[in-house]
Amino acid sequence: MTPARLDATFAALADPTRRAILARLASGEASVAELAKPFAMSQPAISKHLKVLERAGLISRGRDAQRRPRRLEARPLAEATEWLERYRDHWEDNYQRLDALLEEMKTKQKTHPRRKR
Amino acid sequence: MKSTTKDVGALQVTTPSDREITMTRVFDAPRSMVFDAWTKPELLKRWLGVFGDWKFAVCEVDLKVGGKYRYVWRGADGKEMGMGGVYREIVRPERIVCTERFDEPWYGGGDAIDTTVFIEKDKKTTVTTTVLYASKQVRDSVLKSPMEGGVAKSYDALDEVLASMPAKNK
Repeated sequence: MTPARLDATFAALADPTRRAILARLASGEASVAELAKPFAMSQPAISKHLKVLERAGLISRGRDAQRRPRRLEARPLAEATEWLERYRDHWEDNYQRLDALLEEMKTKQKTHPRRKR
Repeated sequence: MKSTTKDVGALQVTTPSDREITMTRVFDAPRSMVFDAWTKPELLKRWLGVFGDWKFAVCEVDLKVGGKYRYVWRGADGKEMGMGGVYREIVRPERIVCTERFDEPWYGGGDAIDTTVFIEKDKKTTVTTTVLYASKQVRDSVLKSPMEGGVAKSYDALDEVLASMPAKNK
């Protein structure tokens, strides 16, 4: 995954309305009108958000020429998750090494007790 | 996803603001011990960033207000990654505030401010580290780096979305 693509994904996800749209699309495709309804937003306002999501590759348009339903594209999201997982794993690895070290320190303290706090 | 037993473990990542990243983790040890592990070079060398072939080449800590710290890691192929900063506040064993700057060019300009708070309860220590970046720009370049900071702003956003998605990638 290129940094530019990752940027586009994260930028698209940074907005709560767009996240809500993605969440809605996760349960099935929907037309612009259907998407606009729960948000109390005009269709042009929703269309603007959809454009950002589309450019980030997070959604695509369905075949129905009348409704032009939008649907979720899972791949970029999965790629972003994978990238973040790696990051979180990196820190979790650090902290698990620290867990082991702290266990060792506690054992040592028990063998040589020192009331120092 | 790795998980640990008890109520220790489970690294939490949140983004309290546009320029901040917060990581929270519980350790099964008293905070004086965790504080030591966080600030003494001989202990830091055992855990911080030493994964795979990466080892500390430089690990210097001058733990006083105005004192500097400097970390350099070296990989088996000789590649290096360095960072450092200055301590601004030290309240042993509860709180450390320091500046942070990575050597790498992707990091861009400006120091970040690191605030680490250690809270002990029932012999367990909750460590909360908040990194405040100089600007959104720096944050964005951090986001691009797989090595540092990337705890992306959108991590929780992503969780939110994924939680509502059909189980596939969980």
